[in-house]
Amino acid sequence: MGQWFARLFSGLIGTKELRILILGLDGAGKTTILYRLQVGEVVTTIPTIGFNVETVDYKNMRFQVWDLGGQTSIRPYWRCYYSNTDAIIYVVDSVDRERIGISKSELVAMLEEEELKDAILCVFANKQDIEGAMTPTEVSQELGLSALKTRTWAIFKTSAVKGGLGLEEAMEWLCNAIKSKQ
Amino acid sequence: MMLGLRKDKKDEDAGGVNPFLALEKTAVLQETRIFNETPLNTRKCIHVLAKIIYMINQGEQMGPTEAREAFFATTRLFQSKDVTLRRMVHLVIKELPTAPDDAIIATSSLTKDMTGKEDGYRATAIRSLCKITDLTMLTAIERYLKQALVDRNPAVSSAALVSTLHLGKDNGPAEMVKRWTNEINEALNSDNVMVQYHALGLMYSVKKHDRLAVSKLLAKYTKGGVRSPYATCLLIRIACKVIEENEQENHPSLIDFLESCLRHKSEIVIYEAARALCNLPNLSGKDIAPAISVLQLFLSSPKPTLRFAAVKTLNKVASNHPSSVTMCNLDLEHLISDTNRSIATLAITTLLKTGNESSIDRLMKQIQSFMSEIPDEFKIVVVRAIQGLCLKFPNKHDVMMNLLSTMLRDEGGYQYKEAIVNTIIAVIEANPSSQDTGLYHLCEFIEDCEHGVLATKILHLLGREGPKTPTPAKFIRYIYNRVILENSTVRAAAVTSLAKFGAVCPNLRPSVLVLLRRCLHDTHDEVRDRATFYLNVLESGDTALVNQYILDTLQSSIVGLQSLLVHYIDNPAAEPFNLNQVPITTAPAEVTPSSKTDELITESRKPAVPTKTRQEESAERLAQIPEFARLGPLFKSSPKPIELSESETEYYVRCDVHTFPQHLVLQFEVTNTLDDQQLENVSVEVAGENYTVLGYLPCPKLVYNTPGTCYTLLQLPKDPSLVPATFACNLKFLVKDCDPNSGEADAVGYEDEYVLEDLDIGLNILIQRVFKTNFAASWDEQGDENQAEETYSLYTVKSLNGAVDQLVNFFGMQPCERSDRVPDDKTAHTLLLAGQYKDGVECLIKTRIVFDGVVNMKICARSADPALNELLVSSI
Repeated sequence: MGQWFARLFSGLIGTKELRILILGLDGAGKTTILYRLQVGEVVTTIPTIGFNVETVDYKNMRFQVWDLGGQTSIRPYWRCYYSNTDAIIYVVDSVDRERIGISKSELVAMLEEEELKDAILCVFANKQDIEGAMTPTEVSQELGLSALKTRTWAIFKTSAVKGGLGLEEAMEWLCNAIKSKQ
Repeated sequence: MMLGLRKDKKDEDAGGVNPFLALEKTAVLQETRIFNETPLNTRKCIHVLAKIIYMINQGEQMGPTEAREAFFATTRLFQSKDVTLRRMVHLVIKELPTAPDDAIIATSSLTKDMTGKEDGYRATAIRSLCKITDLTMLTAIERYLKQALVDRNPAVSSAALVSTLHLGKDNGPAEMVKRWTNEINEALNSDNVMVQYHALGLMYSVKKHDRLAVSKLLAKYTKGGVRSPYATCLLIRIACKVIEENEQENHPSLIDFLESCLRHKSEIVIYEAARALCNLPNLSGKDIAPAISVLQLFLSSPKPTLRFAAVKTLNKVASNHPSSVTMCNLDLEHLISDTNRSIATLAITTLLKTGNESSIDRLMKQIQSFMSEIPDEFKIVVVRAIQGLCLKFPNKHDVMMNLLSTMLRDEGGYQYKEAIVNTIIAVIEANPSSQDTGLYHLCEFIEDCEHGVLATKILHLLGREGPKTPTPAKFIRYIYNRVILENSTVRAAAVTSLAKFGAVCPNLRPSVLVLLRRCLHDTHDEVRDRATFYLNVLESGDTALVNQYILDTLQSSIVGLQSLLVHYIDNPAAEPFNLNQVPITTAPAEVTPSSKTDELITESRKPAVPTKTRQEESAERLAQIPEFARLGPLFKSSPKPIELSESETEYYVRCDVHTFPQHLVLQFEVTNTLDDQQLENVSVEVAGENYTVLGYLPCPKLVYNTPGTCYTLLQLPKDPSLVPATFACNLKFLVKDCDPNSGEADAVGYEDEYVLEDLDIGLNILIQRVFKTNFAASWDEQGDENQAEETYSLYTVKSLNGAVDQLVNFFGMQPCERSDRVPDDKTAHTLLLAGQYKDGVECLIKTRIVFDGVVNMKICARSADPALNELLVSSI
């Protein structure tokens, strides 16, 4: 009886925490996005040595968002946090054409991991406020996203600093994608 | 109802059992899996983390993989906002033996916790962060740490101060911490007792290498401004350190400060000040009187800690200033019945130190009733104290010896019995009149002794001392009983002991031979072998043989013998192995009667394992230097280094002299005490008559305060009479100025030299000490024909003791039959010396010294080599 109530409750309010990882190269804007999502403001950040973890509520859903540092020395530790992940937000610095290749290889390596095979992928082509940024289509091409056959994925153009451009849409999509998966 | 209550009480008792008892490491690590669950069970997680910390604190070792997995599992718990859980996470991160590279992962999260709004876990975050951080990360968090030092929350501020103190132990961070003095100073003015204490500790650790800064710090805060009693205690300790480091100077203001602290309102400060004053060197009994009276008040305090602290300090003071402590005797006697046995033991040992001859009988009675109530460790302390007392009041030895023998018969463990036996032996050696009773007590003891080691030790002593007593025969029964009743080790020792009686006492020899013959049927090889060997030697009737093989045991250094034998096997030679080449072991350090009684009590006895002697160590070190490899075996090293300059001078130089068959190696240990200089190519130039310098082995580089070694190789003169010489020594080097802080030296330097004190070398470098048990026998063996003699008068020496010390030192030979101890009020004395000359010839010297205002002496030398005898007697 009690169990039944609990299930009913969680179904109504949707309090089951979903686990989301924010990954990407250093300086892509992961931490800024995390706090934009959580408090709705742009905060000054310093390079993340390790990780930040925050709870984000969005439309009756509760996300446990892990923002892992993107520095070369920290990337090997991403895998320690892969298990039980529902979705990945992969943040790309759309202005940094030089390192888009590295970004791709990190993404590919990550997606090959067994623990992440059911995770939904949501790519943020970030820093669209800066002139000369690559369009989402360009980013998508550079990352070779079209080659992904079995995975649920989408790409959004975002700017965490300029009014949170695209974040709303992206979260909307993410919620729906997760719901339909369950 | 009553029943229910009682039952509750029982349950409570059962709850006292440690819930973490018998944790299984792998099981606990398995449990960390719950850290991945959603939603998280906070209470369970906290419990598992507590288990991990408990295991680590119990000394459980974790492998690198285990630690890594536990660490990453724990970091996942940062998702929870629960304050208690977060604190536990911080603790576990701090305690886990995680690899530094991995640990970095927690940096961002910890930094956030440390600067966040939740005071509940800011302090723990700081401690963990400082533990895992490295120099590069430190620059990133420097700003936050600096702020935390002056945080308004005392827990945060204290955590930052203490963590910084630990960080400063490494050189890199230490430089950074030096830049934070403004913040530390601000914390020093805090109202919180702990913050002020920690700030002072940090400030001192930053400045401790700068004498001027430390004295400024002291000058500022000893005048006031320190409210925290803990900080005041620290200030007292710093003041003591300053006083001890600069003993020559007077520090009236610091001493005044210490005395003013005796009137502080906090007990902890009063005690600290009293202890500090008592421990200061060069203070007279009058100076410490105020401290003693404060401690005396503490003796009757209702708090056991204060009583313990006070009696412990008084115990220590009693060694140096027994008369100052006497005024506390009444209070101390009350403490003998203290329920705390530690306090009681300290009280009684203090009384033993302060006691005078007349109070000994009473004290001994008190001890006797007291001994049965205390555990072995305390008994040992008391036994050592009695030993000190025996040496101080030799006339009272019979009372104390009786007590010791009663204690020997009572229940007690090995260490306790060993302490008693050692005490009796020490008393016998120091005081010949106690010998008879002492040996008799020991004999009684081995009749019923369960410790083989002690039995063999006593049998050895009996073999050495027994034959010289007026009635040696009475010991034989006790010794032979061992042969019948004991295990093989003790039986073998008893056989050796018997043989010694037979060797020294001709009238006992026939009976000893009978007993030894019975031992031939023993069941054990070693016992039979020893008996056969001694029988044959004794039956031969050859005094020389008896002396050499029964009384004087092998004196070669075991380590040296081993290395030479290995060398001999590796390089087979036509001639047989020469035992004379083997370096003689340096004489076992005997307890000299002049050593302070206190040392005997406090010093923990070194275990009797065959450690390498100083000489064997230097032989090994020299053998590794290729330049000296061909010099042959090391014959002798000087017993202790000779100082060629004082330790306060710019360059502190000590010299060791090593004698080789044809060469002399002078080993100089040089310390550069100037922090703004770096020396290179350091060598010591020597010049002396009759010696040729063959080469120098300089020390390539000498930085501040790290001793370096350089060598000078000399050819020994062919004629031994030319050996004694005085060398002029000159330290030569290249100086480069350097920055005292970074230690970086200039590229170019200049040559410089520094004149050292002269180095005197005497005949003693050619003679090794050899121990002769029966000097008279060896002396007669050489015969009158191998003797040279000479008569001298010494005008510079003013006592018999002085003359004996000088002679022993001059010849570098072993005084035998305790002839180095001159009984008081004697005007004539005979000194017996034994040694081995460089080429292996044994030499003996008998000196008759008469003192009547001037020291007159007749020196007789005997050895197989007439030239050597002449050399010895004419060398003075």
